[in-house]
Amino acid sequence: MLEIKNLHVAVDGKEILKGIDLIINAGETHAIMGPNGSGKSTLSYTLAGREGYDVTKGRILYKHQDLGEMSPEERAGNGVFLAFQYPVEIPGVPNTTFLKEALNAVRRYRGEEELDAMSFIKLVRQKTKELGISEDMLKRAVNVGFSGGEKKRNEILQMAILNPVLAVLDETDSGLDIDALKIVSDGVNALRSPERATLVITHYQRLLDHIVPDYVHVLANGRIQRSGGKELANELEEKGYSEFAEAAE
Amino acid sequence: MGAITNTVAQVREMTEEKYKYGFVTHIETETAPKGLNEDIIRFISAKKSEPGWLLDWRLKAYRYWLNMSEPRWQKPQFPEIDYQDAYYYSAPKSMSDKPKSLDEVDPELLKTYEKLGIPLHEQEVLAGVAVDAVFDSVSVATTFKAKLEEVGVIFCPISEAVQRCPDLVKKYLGSVVPYTDNKHATLNSAVFTDGSFVYVPKGIRCPMELSTYFRINAENTGQFERTLIIADEDSYVSYLEGCTAPMRDENQLHAAVVELITLDNAEIKYSTVQNWYPGDKNGRGGIYNFVTKRGACRGRNSKISWTQVETGSAITWKYPSCILQGDNSVGEFFSIAITNNAQQADTGTKMIHLGQNTKSKIISKGISAGRADQTYRGLVRMGPKAAGARNYTQCDSLLIGDTCGAHTVPYIESKNKKALVEHEATTSKISEDQLFYLRQRGIDEESAVALVVNGFCREVLQQLPMEFAVEAQKLVGISLEGSVG
Repeated sequence: MLEIKNLHVAVDGKEILKGIDLIINAGETHAIMGPNGSGKSTLSYTLAGREGYDVTKGRILYKHQDLGEMSPEERAGNGVFLAFQYPVEIPGVPNTTFLKEALNAVRRYRGEEELDAMSFIKLVRQKTKELGISEDMLKRAVNVGFSGGEKKRNEILQMAILNPVLAVLDETDSGLDIDALKIVSDGVNALRSPERATLVITHYQRLLDHIVPDYVHVLANGRIQRSGGKELANELEEKGYSEFAEAAE
Repeated sequence: MGAITNTVAQVREMTEEKYKYGFVTHIETETAPKGLNEDIIRFISAKKSEPGWLLDWRLKAYRYWLNMSEPRWQKPQFPEIDYQDAYYYSAPKSMSDKPKSLDEVDPELLKTYEKLGIPLHEQEVLAGVAVDAVFDSVSVATTFKAKLEEVGVIFCPISEAVQRCPDLVKKYLGSVVPYTDNKHATLNSAVFTDGSFVYVPKGIRCPMELSTYFRINAENTGQFERTLIIADEDSYVSYLEGCTAPMRDENQLHAAVVELITLDNAEIKYSTVQNWYPGDKNGRGGIYNFVTKRGACRGRNSKISWTQVETGSAITWKYPSCILQGDNSVGEFFSIAITNNAQQADTGTKMIHLGQNTKSKIISKGISAGRADQTYRGLVRMGPKAAGARNYTQCDSLLIGDTCGAHTVPYIESKNKKALVEHEATTSKISEDQLFYLRQRGIDEESAVALVVNGFCREVLQQLPMEFAVEAQKLVGISLEGSVG
């Protein structure tokens, strides 16, 4: 589904990713772990198509299409979803309005009929219930005054409603207490299916106790230094990243 | 070759022709000779069969006007206006026989309003909204007049009110905005053509929204409408005006005057959706919107509330104000001003607190994009007798891109130690973070801007009558098209 070939990415002229190769098939969950500054967020922003993240070499194929040719909204329409590390506040815009706009934009893109107000509310109620999210969060302005945990839960709610094909979770565990971590992980796990793929980006191993990956990759210094099964995460937890930082020197 | 032509066409579509109200109605008109002098004023007065006192008032204003200079304290500057190079009266010829009913009105005119989304046949219009349609210098039709008369509400063109209820007009016309007020208002007093008149009698809550739709059509013609609304004791009325004009390369002057009067316990809610032609993206053409709007809360516990959504015009110069005379009276001003491309706006309000325990609230949201420049200018004055008076002001500016400007100029004068004035102001930019976040969720860039801006304006949009809030939200999006990317 996703094929990253020799990807080089520069931000402000500085090369951050220095040749990434990664293949993710439908049904798989991959984890990318790495120290701060290793390029984890750069990878997630590049996948989502953020301006200023320039692919200088290599390419990203998604469902056999060149992802680099698509605008962020086209990628979203094609099923790429990024759960942000720092979800953004949109003052004055009720969460429901935002969710409805997003869902209908994506549906229009996919050539599906837009949902009317009634069917939309029904869908949102069902999803909030499944995810154990209070409906009160729907009436509030997008992420404004939300706690860290609420913001992350809101990301998962958006994911559940937009129903992506490829979900990229960027440090979704940061700033979460153990209960929130459980809710978020349950939400992600509920979406796992043979048609979908998930890429979990994290600094810590603890998230991977809840979202168990099929593959773990260590990213340091702009390259994938090592790949393995879920046991690699445990090894990293014990030994830390220092080995990779040195190897990359 | 084909590709280039296509691109040019597309670009044009993206910029100027986004203004979908820019069409011209081709119709035979009757115009006064070009220029301005006492004969022209007599011509207008005679066209409206006005009584002598009104002609005298017009002439007094005209003579006063001759020695006035234009206000130059506002930020937008513009070339000297050649007042002799314009027409001061233009009316569809078919209107000179004074059609008795819609069936007698020229179908071309009815079509124009239909195209604008304002059908005038009562069975077709928005339920619960009565419309007065003003085309250049005359009122074309007023709907639901009879239904309103059942409860004693008078809603008609001001030219008709002069005939039907001269005492009311004589008593209140110019009582809030005197003919000596400022050069634009004085010119209006001399040459005003049509506009709406509303009288709501004692104890009546007007059963429907009242609305006037102003349309400038003729070339080189100024529109000088005059609106007068009187809410007698214990009454309530909600009124909305909308405005559009064709696209033309030269600037056209629109100098209106609106006067509101509330007596004891009465309330007027006045909303404006102003979408005059803003000019092209290089600032060529567009309406000069120089408007004097003022309300007097004469009675105790009375209230006047202004809500405006200003998206059009090349230059907007407008300060809807409240004079809070009656004790415990309340004034409100809710404003959204959007300027894009080369548009300029200098707008705000004046809250003049004269009575005890008077209260006022000002919420102003300014959005600038392109090379536009915008100023909020507001005055809050606490008079010596305004013990216990309070004002709260909040001015927020939102900038899109880095070539536009926003300025806030609040004037505060307090002559009473027991009065309280609060002022808050913020300036922010639409952030890359917000746009990327929304686009990642599938929302295209222009819709993302519209969503952020609608959120920014929410407090004010909520003040609009329901029937118009949705339209206004769309207008916010349309006005900002082409402002990013």
